[in-house]
Amino acid sequence: MAGKWQKVTGFLLLALLLAVPHFLQFHHQDLLIFLVINVLVVTSYRLVTLTGEWSLIHAVMMGVGGYTATLLFRNFELGMWFTLPLAGLVAAAIAALLCFPLFRMTQFYFLIGSFAAGEAIRLCWIEFVIPFGGTGGLSGVEPPFVFDIDFLEPVPYYYLTLAIVSLCLLILYRIENSRIGLTLHSVHWKAPLAESVGVDTWRYRALAFIVGSFFVGIAGGLKVHYLGTINPNQYGIGFMVFILIWVIVGGYNRFYGPVLGVVVLTLFDESIRQFEEFRPAIYGAVLILSILFLPKGLESIPARIRTWAGAVSEPTEGKPTDG
Amino acid sequence: MDRKQAPILEIDRVSKRFGGLTALDEVSFSVQEGEIRGLIGPNGAGKSTMFKNIAGFYTPTSGDIRYRGRSINGLKPHSISEMGIVRTFQETTLFQELTVFENVLVGCHVSARSNLFAAIFGLDAARQEKAREKTDEVLEFMGLSDRRSQLAAELPLGSQRALAIAIALASEPKLLLMDEPFAGMNPEETNHMMELTRRVQESGISIVLVEHDMKAVMGLCGYLTVLNFGQLLAEGTPEEIRTDRRVIEAYLGGAG
Repeated sequence: MAGKWQKVTGFLLLALLLAVPHFLQFHHQDLLIFLVINVLVVTSYRLVTLTGEWSLIHAVMMGVGGYTATLLFRNFELGMWFTLPLAGLVAAAIAALLCFPLFRMTQFYFLIGSFAAGEAIRLCWIEFVIPFGGTGGLSGVEPPFVFDIDFLEPVPYYYLTLAIVSLCLLILYRIENSRIGLTLHSVHWKAPLAESVGVDTWRYRALAFIVGSFFVGIAGGLKVHYLGTINPNQYGIGFMVFILIWVIVGGYNRFYGPVLGVVVLTLFDESIRQFEEFRPAIYGAVLILSILFLPKGLESIPARIRTWAGAVSEPTEGKPTDG
Repeated sequence: MDRKQAPILEIDRVSKRFGGLTALDEVSFSVQEGEIRGLIGPNGAGKSTMFKNIAGFYTPTSGDIRYRGRSINGLKPHSISEMGIVRTFQETTLFQELTVFENVLVGCHVSARSNLFAAIFGLDAARQEKAREKTDEVLEFMGLSDRRSQLAAELPLGSQRALAIAIALASEPKLLLMDEPFAGMNPEETNHMMELTRRVQESGISIVLVEHDMKAVMGLCGYLTVLNFGQLLAEGTPEEIRTDRRVIEAYLGGAG
């Protein structure tokens, strides 16, 4: 019964995702593409946080993917089919190198260490004008052109992004629900106990960080191929703060929590477009309210409603025993 | 007891210093295959420090620790555990947020771990099935089968301790290091835990037991090692230790 409903909701969701760009204006179609890309950003970030280590380098890792795709496209004329996986691999490789200094630290020190490492990478983009283009960045990146389909148009590019992101989410979901996912959870909850049964906690922290960076690298590649330009400011601490807000407001105990966060807040962002100058204040308020009243994020709302409903219906169930 | 058999664990003049404090001072003893060895002593005698040295959470300042003739000095905890020496923890250290079944499943790490590609494409299904069977077996053995889907945090104390041992057993140890498994237990729970510990020994696992509860130690261990102020004070059977003047003095002197 539950399986049947799951299928129906899945089908409806798919239909909605396929139909939605046709009801939107050009500007909103653009936003839809970035929203789908950001879904991959937050979901890959969740994998990193599974071991309990929150990093501040995820946005920069997305930039690493973006710059990789840009440089490969501009200098070697590689198409998106090659630049995307390579964007992921380069981000993963840099993450692997950073594991050695970063995972000597945990908790707060790791957070600050990852921020410093990210800023160092961003400084390289700014200082080394060749090849990174300095503060102005680089431009001229194009989406692929297959047969008659021009992916410069938002609707085809949306479908392409949707397909790639869905595949990535499927892989991330399989990892989380595998033996590896269980081990990552165990490292988070009680690292010494995990070690006592043979878990190399360092390796699993590193694994989550590297795989998370791989997928956010792909997200960076997807973004730059549509946007066409890249600069160091797109991937600074400002964007990182947005990633954190999306994840915290959405909730990070379940796979779909961060997705919920990014979708709801993007819709919200559109609705406050006319109050542009108040935006930081509004976001600050949203974050504080959400931590105060929904500490487990939007994902906890269904469970809360069930508890309320239970609390309401319980007295009526309890009455016969009373009387 | 036959002392000629090759020991499973040899502690060879192990010292551990923290700055100016000497927590362990040239302590030597060895544990025979198949025995339950009690490691006792007054508070601050260095029992826990010794324990952490064996499990790899500390590295000895000097001296050597050998497992079946091989030095394990300086190895990381996870490597030592992989070789077959698995510890349990003093308090109820469990994965509180996971179910009883999942707790023990994590314990199967060494036999069930998989790589990224196997995990994504489900190529490790057979191995995971085996891990689940092993988990069922261990739960049955420790009498936890009917609590399998409860969260670890919801268990009563006795079951939590049993679960802690179940997690360790799932990793198929040859030598189990138990850190005060009887602390805070009522007599009934203590008896049950003693029964479980004996069952573990009968399944062929050697045990080192660090414990304060004298009744449990005297009842379970064939041989005791007594530490005091970081030094080896005495070794012998429970009867010998009970009547040993130095041991009585150390305990009473500490209390009075």
